[in-house]
Amino acid sequence: MGQITLNQITKSFGEVQVIPPLDLQIEDGEFVVFVGPSGCGKSTLLRLIAGLEDVTTGEILIDGNEATRVPPAKRGLAMVFQSYALYPHMSVRKNIAFPLRMAGIDKETQKAKVEAAAKVLNLTDYLERKPGQLSGGQRQRVAIGRAIVREPAAFLFDEPLSNLDAALRVNMRLEISELHNSLETTMIYVTHDQVEAMTMADKIVVLRAGVIEQVGTPLELYHTPRNTFVAGFIGSPKMNFLTGAFAEEYGTDTIGIRPEHLDVSQSEGKWSGVVSVSEHLGSDTFLHVDVNGLPDPVTVRATGEFGVRHGDTVHLTPDTSKIHRFDKQGLRIA
Amino acid sequence: MARKITTRRKTLNTLFAWGIGLLIFFPILWTILTSFKTEAQAIADPPVFLFFDWTLENYAIVQERSDYMRFLWNSVILAGGSTVIGIAIGVPAAWSMAFVPSKRTKDILMWMLSTKMLPAVGVLYPIYLLFIKLGLLDTRLGLTIVLMLINLPIIIWMLYTYFKEIPGEILEAARMDGAGLKEEILYILTPMAIPGIASTLLLNIILAWNEAFWTLNLTAAKAAPLTAFIASYSSPEGLFYAKLSAASTMAIAPILILGWFSQKQLVRGLTFGAVK
Repeated sequence: MGQITLNQITKSFGEVQVIPPLDLQIEDGEFVVFVGPSGCGKSTLLRLIAGLEDVTTGEILIDGNEATRVPPAKRGLAMVFQSYALYPHMSVRKNIAFPLRMAGIDKETQKAKVEAAAKVLNLTDYLERKPGQLSGGQRQRVAIGRAIVREPAAFLFDEPLSNLDAALRVNMRLEISELHNSLETTMIYVTHDQVEAMTMADKIVVLRAGVIEQVGTPLELYHTPRNTFVAGFIGSPKMNFLTGAFAEEYGTDTIGIRPEHLDVSQSEGKWSGVVSVSEHLGSDTFLHVDVNGLPDPVTVRATGEFGVRHGDTVHLTPDTSKIHRFDKQGLRIA
Repeated sequence: MARKITTRRKTLNTLFAWGIGLLIFFPILWTILTSFKTEAQAIADPPVFLFFDWTLENYAIVQERSDYMRFLWNSVILAGGSTVIGIAIGVPAAWSMAFVPSKRTKDILMWMLSTKMLPAVGVLYPIYLLFIKLGLLDTRLGLTIVLMLINLPIIIWMLYTYFKEIPGEILEAARMDGAGLKEEILYILTPMAIPGIASTLLLNIILAWNEAFWTLNLTAAKAAPLTAFIASYSSPEGLFYAKLSAASTMAIAPILILGWFSQKQLVRGLTFGAVK
């Protein structure tokens, strides 16, 4: 079981309140991702759940039990750190066995569990090595192994993939998702990478300055972002925001349109502009178009190859049904 | 790309380094050589270097005239005792400063360091008076305390530097893995800090062993360590270079041997953190 409830929790460091009163409900078995720009308090929130930081006020319930003042060792949660945080003086075997040793589990069971975990994580050949002799991806697996052997109520991941190179990151992302599917244990995952959030999460929590901006499934956030912050943060390339006359036409102050919801043509369209940069990825072409009357270039995503260069004139037409409207405060207008 | 160094240049550099090394070591070598000479050869002009009648008589006389073992034993107790007590106080102090720093941690560290800038003689008078009042003059206990206190800033600084290098996340990982404070210290922190603790220990034994100012000023006979043993040969009976050299050699031999065998540990410890 791994149901976690945060009731009106706050966190202050000295005079600075980094988390204003916050409520959040995490259901058993859910994969929840905390996402937001750096300094938004997502890691702090995770550390509060872990017990590595004390909440200033409010309460934390784990499976309905008061856990606010319970030390981290007793919360039954496992954590995977960004730096892996392996014990450098212990072999991989001892690293993975450490939580079992702390729990006072007998040697035979320890051995069996460590070997089972090593097998799942492809670490069997490395059990006698020290962490220093492993690659980044292998270290990350050891850290995950150390977390899974103790069968925690929930896994906490603190930006676990940010030290890996791009290819490995995609692999590990899949592995963690598979792990979640097979274990069906609650996972809370912190990242600043919205792609990780979109691909892995059952539920995304978007944070800004310690405040939850929106909670929802990846597609809810994509289709109906609550405000301009969420709209700009979720989706890649990010949403274009148009103001002034462009927005007035739709009866509001700001409109948002995603790059993939703009039709681009070399002959005709609603708005015309000049290509400043074109990025050809093969599968897609990203165009950055300077449109007359707009301070920032508009990003457009064209499927496949689209043969334009810097300086060419293109015409853009938005898909009207996909336009997001926002009011003066940046809140979504239904 | 590795920098190219010509063989000639390499040879020159090596010779130069050896030259400097020998220059620094020469007085010690000379002392050791002189200790095997007769008094006449010791003051011979021109001085004899290696070709003289090697003799052990100085050692015999020195041993006969003063109880070397007693001084040695005092040195061991003072150096060992002050270091062990210093480490016992320094480890928790450095721990709290490294892992639970407060606003004033830096100031406290600087303040401790500043005490090392104070000339020792400046506090000799008050400490001497305190020792008389407390009956600590010429006692091992008193000297152990003083030696421990004068080296404590260095112990704490060194340990603090080592502990700072241990990533906090590893300790947090241990906490998440179910380790209490005791297990965290026993299984994670101490094994990781052992190179640092060991080199601090060694360096402080050497510092305490060689400390002469306080040992000379606060002892008479009972608690006098080897530094006082050397000093006792320096003048009162006229200058007997060979015997003085023999006494010096006997006094520095233990620490020289300790230093030689632990040099790898010392260098590793002192450069720990400089190159990760």
